[in-house]
Amino acid sequence: MMPWNKRKAEEQFFKLLMAASTIVVIGSLLFIIGTVVVKSLPALRLSMLTQTPRGGYYLGREGGILNAIVGSLYLASGATLLAMLVSLPIVVYLNLYVKNSSRLALFTRFSLDVLWGIPSIVYGAFGFIVMMILGLRTSLLAGIIVVCLLELPIMARAMDEVVRLVPQALKDASYSVGATKLETALKVVVKQSLPGILTAILIAFGRGIGDAASVIFTAGFTDSIPRSIFQPAATLPLAIFYQLGSPLEAVRQRAYASAAVLTLIILVISLVSRGLIRRFTRHTIK
Amino acid sequence: MELQSHIRIENLSVWYGDLQVLKDVSIEIPDRKITVIIGPSGCGKTTLLKSLNRLLDSVDDVRIRGAIFLDDEDIYGPRVEVTHIRKKMGLLSQKPQVLPMSIFDNIAYGPKIHGLRDKKKLSAAVERELRAAGLWDEVRDRLHEPAARLSVGQQQRLCLARGLAVEPEIILGDEPTSALDPQSSRIVERRLIELKEDYTVIVVTHILRQARRIADYIAFLYLGELVEHGPAAEIFANPRDPRTRAYLTGEIS
Amino acid sequence: MRRLKDLIGRRFMLVLTAVPGLLVVLMLVGLFRRSRAIYALNSVSGLLFGSSWHPLKGEFGFLPFILGTLWVTLAAMVIAVPISLLTAIYLSEYAPKFVREFTKPVVDLLAGIPSVVFGVWGVLIVVPVVGNVLAPLFGIYSSGYSVLAGGIVLAIMVFPTIIHVSLEVFSSVSYELRETSLSLGATRWETVKHVVLRKGLPGIIAASVLGLSRAFGETMAVLMVTGNIARIPKSVFDGAYTLPALIANNYGEMMSIPLYDAALMLAALVLMLVVLVFNLAARYILVKVERKAE
Repeated sequence: MMPWNKRKAEEQFFKLLMAASTIVVIGSLLFIIGTVVVKSLPALRLSMLTQTPRGGYYLGREGGILNAIVGSLYLASGATLLAMLVSLPIVVYLNLYVKNSSRLALFTRFSLDVLWGIPSIVYGAFGFIVMMILGLRTSLLAGIIVVCLLELPIMARAMDEVVRLVPQALKDASYSVGATKLETALKVVVKQSLPGILTAILIAFGRGIGDAASVIFTAGFTDSIPRSIFQPAATLPLAIFYQLGSPLEAVRQRAYASAAVLTLIILVISLVSRGLIRRFTRHTIK
Repeated sequence: MELQSHIRIENLSVWYGDLQVLKDVSIEIPDRKITVIIGPSGCGKTTLLKSLNRLLDSVDDVRIRGAIFLDDEDIYGPRVEVTHIRKKMGLLSQKPQVLPMSIFDNIAYGPKIHGLRDKKKLSAAVERELRAAGLWDEVRDRLHEPAARLSVGQQQRLCLARGLAVEPEIILGDEPTSALDPQSSRIVERRLIELKEDYTVIVVTHILRQARRIADYIAFLYLGELVEHGPAAEIFANPRDPRTRAYLTGEIS
Repeated sequence: MRRLKDLIGRRFMLVLTAVPGLLVVLMLVGLFRRSRAIYALNSVSGLLFGSSWHPLKGEFGFLPFILGTLWVTLAAMVIAVPISLLTAIYLSEYAPKFVREFTKPVVDLLAGIPSVVFGVWGVLIVVPVVGNVLAPLFGIYSSGYSVLAGGIVLAIMVFPTIIHVSLEVFSSVSYELRETSLSLGATRWETVKHVVLRKGLPGIIAASVLGLSRAFGETMAVLMVTGNIARIPKSVFDGAYTLPALIANNYGEMMSIPLYDAALMLAALVLMLVVLVFNLAARYILVKVERKAE
């Protein structure tokens, strides 16, 4: 072959491979969501969402997954709130009170990087140790603590990335009218990075609500909605997992329906955070 | 002056989105001479240059109207193979763009891509071009070291050698000496003057003194319009358009 | 009054900033101590290289799990790296704007799907395909719960990581450099091969290592499709039991069999250390790449 034709042929070949790969990636998402939706249709009934399991639920009779829905929401909300109360001060401190090159900043960011990569099962195992030490039984509280630890590095890192972008000039402008660092932090910096901060919270929430490995040790499982944080709580991921293992097709279908509910929650969070970024970016100073 | 040309630009207009950057430019570029495009920054000089080797094609949202004839073939024609056009033109950018490889491989990159595999011929080509760019003596002992280790001035001469290695007919320079120290600038200018014996050279510059030093032919571009063009001596001595006069005297820059 | 608020706020924030560092130390120490019981009794090499796992008899050979994890992770990477790279190259160098804008959110969504949902899909689709379609093609009998099934599901989970980081790496290669190659008459693909990929190589390696460390620690999806048999896999169609699956499956019996809890804590510790090393290596490379680009 003439060298030119060979070059063109090679490019065409790889362009084909590239297009195929991209289709595989996009197709995977569609395939997964599609499968879950289609398989869940037979079992999707309003009662699924509004009832807790009745007697014989796991044998195919009445009831729904309200226990898991509410349990997950309680757990993820509690964990996210707690993580927020810790992340935000850390990020503010790192960005306004110390220099990026200081030992504390380097060590803290390094630790957050380390924590970020730790698999959720390890958090679960550690949570179990903490439970033993504190004398906690499997409960909503234990679950909240562990998921909070899981969410912390994700949230803090995402927040840090956004707050770092706030230009020093803006902070200086606030200082020069006599504001204290704290006031600058709350009234200027946080406002400026609000969309990014909210997105960080939402991402962490999404991670927390979907995780099973961390709660398998710690939150337990139950058919009822927890009335105190010392009671065990059902979670959607575990509800999916346990129902999937049933020998009864009817129960397995409910697993698919639960998966559909969980996926829907995640999709909604994703869309909301995208929408937030778009809406708020209008008001921030570029 | 007898001016033959094998590049002819006809009614070239370029838009970036809604902004029209080049307005109906028509000019014949003389053969084997140095044509310098002058004008204030942001007036389309680089766009004009990049339209010649069709680098504009990769810009998002670009629209091109008009034609550019290279040996009577419109380079924007439907059946034209872009890489063949580009092989005929060598581009020297403002900031020396050294490829992430050794000095030898940088120069051999072009010929290898166009099919030259014979090791002896490649070595000969590399040596020939490095001599032409005035760099051979300085690098002959370290041809396989990373090119990034050269000084900026040396890198720019490397880029010149690399561009010459594909045996172009035309050399394009986009502010080729603005990033260089005066000594390296002088060397590059001298090479360009020597090169016009065999190549048509088109250079964009905002340094008027450089234009005076090297230009045979001048094209003045202002706000996307080709205001005036002609032999350098005429333009510098007797600019016809008041805008050209204003630019040459430094009123507008 | 404002000064006082500032001061209190400052102290409070400083205390909280110490938390991440403290947490890392606590986790390492905690897992270390809780697993001590088991390596006080058995030699480290016996634990790591022993292939017999019979907790009731007091035998804790981790080799099947270490190898199981390695097999599944490797299978996932073999599938994920080429596909992710090709996709990233396409998005960065070839795709028209609207394709890019459409695909990026898709990749982000993929990243957010929980592990259990991947597991459900794996059980519904991948396991039957491996068992009824792929294995017979090779004349092998397989239930479908296999290294391959785990590899396929994990690969999809890892796509977003590698794609995202690779895209960042590609965008750090300056546009002028690509123009230089193009103006010498190279095709776009030749430019990708010789310039973009060469310059981006360390970053791509980092992206892959990050993907690898994500794959290594993945629990639920893998647990649901690999069969969980504590034997060393001999082919991709064999079942496997990964370290994370080991921990998740047996936490219930942990306390009732002596040393079992220490063994599982050891597994968790090993996981933490391995993933830590991979992650840090990748971050280090990426930081260097970023600095070079400035």
